Amino acid sequence: MDWGNWFSDANNVVFLVVALVMVAASVRVVTSPNVVHSALMLVIALAGAAGLFLMLGAEFVAWTLVLVYIGAVIVLFLFGIMITRAPTGRDPGRLDHARRWPAAVVALGTFVTIATVTTLAFEDRPVSGAVTSGGDLGEVLFNRYVIPFEAVSFVLLAALIGGIVLARKDPER
Amino acid sequence: MSAILDNFWWLLAIKVLVVALFIPGFSLVLIFAELKLSAHMQSRIGPYFAGGRWGWAQPLADGLKFMQKEDLVPADADRPVFKVAPMIVLMGTLAVFVIVPFSPKLIVSDLDLGVFYALAAGSIGTVGVLMAGWSSANKYSLMGGLRAAAQLIAYELPLVLAVVGVVIAAGTMSMGGIVAAQAEPWFHIGTFGVRLPYLLQGQVVGFAIFMIASLAELSRIPFDMPIAESELVMGYLTEYSGIRFTMFFLGEYAGMFSMAAIAATLFLGGYYLPGLPIASNAMYVLGPLVLIGKVLVLVFLMIWMRWTFPRLREDQLQSLAWRWLIPLALVNIMATATFKVVF
Repeated sequence: MDWGNWFSDANNVVFLVVALVMVAASVRVVTSPNVVHSALMLVIALAGAAGLFLMLGAEFVAWTLVLVYIGAVIVLFLFGIMITRAPTGRDPGRLDHARRWPAAVVALGTFVTIATVTTLAFEDRPVSGAVTSGGDLGEVLFNRYVIPFEAVSFVLLAALIGGIVLARKDPER
Repeated sequence: MSAILDNFWWLLAIKVLVVALFIPGFSLVLIFAELKLSAHMQSRIGPYFAGGRWGWAQPLADGLKFMQKEDLVPADADRPVFKVAPMIVLMGTLAVFVIVPFSPKLIVSDLDLGVFYALAAGSIGTVGVLMAGWSSANKYSLMGGLRAAAQLIAYELPLVLAVVGVVIAAGTMSMGGIVAAQAEPWFHIGTFGVRLPYLLQGQVVGFAIFMIASLAELSRIPFDMPIAESELVMGYLTEYSGIRFTMFFLGEYAGMFSMAAIAATLFLGGYYLPGLPIASNAMYVLGPLVLIGKVLVLVFLMIWMRWTFPRLREDQLQSLAWRWLIPLALVNIMATATFKVVF
């Protein structure tokens, strides 16, 4: 690949910046000495992912990522951390894992496997028949993929009910 | 006029100017409206002297006072998080203005997923509020931050669900498309097409839920437990001063404007008023005025609520959201969908 050509495309430069920020933020997620900082770094990493989806033209996925992950999941993380333990500065508890090297090997192995599989599966072919607009997406989701869609929503409903059952107090006692 | 609006760069410059100057400027007007209206509603004198007549310079004086104050950071605070938090709150609020349509052309970007984008951008502020509450290293701040997060999560759901009714009726999520759908005649009496905003097309329940949920999202009375002065001394805002407090303050009033503008667009017809020719050049001037007029009506409603109702209790707030607003919004969606399919 010719690097000069690669750099002359503005898309690639933006991708490089977003990707580097994402990598740096992801590393900080696991190395930060403070849990709240880790969660906030995760926000940056997720925002970067949303940016990459926007670059690919997948607007709906990008905004869903912002709404669900940053707006709800991370907020729940932060909420949970703050309601249980919330020291500013260095966390007195030991956040570090005792087995650093095996963890690093597993993380790297997972990354290599996923990267290889996805690159091999798609190669350089552009995805054909991609749907990006909200209307088309709804059309595809509720016609062709309606059964997987309903199955997923059923699983989520079951998880929701399970959560309520676990959380409520036993009326007997 | 139209030649300038067709030039990409001119249009972009106008759009940036609108968001960068008009929003803070308009927030000052809203602050002044709040001061004067609250004074009248509670038979107080209110601002009277600053600037002469009506005390019109009061918000400007307040703003200058805030800005020249020292920007304090508590000794135990988490400095970077403490400093960034107000910026994130303000950023989330300002990002919503991308899809507010002031006229057919005067919109930063008429995204295909406009409504969805607005809800996503609006949800970023929650992270900022939690950051502010935690990084202050103050019990009151932390309590306020936690209350705010619980409240914002609870009311985001009815907010999103209330919008779905309009999206089903209009068949599009683009803000411009929703206004255009309301400019279409709903039914005909003889040859006279009756054009009605969605509020009068049966989205009354959706509108009520949206307004209640937006009050809660803005943490305004009767939903202001996160910053309740009498119990939490301002909650997550306790440790903020100077320019960073101003950012939160500005964010609240800009948020009022953006929420009211979205409600006006979705339920009241946006920049369109029945009788106006929507395709003509006159809309470039009349459109923004019509929208701002509708926004002012809704903002008056919000201020009226604030100075009339007492504060809800935390459990009352949660049960209102989960046991009333969300089921009602779901019923509203089902009814709207049935109506759309049958007729």
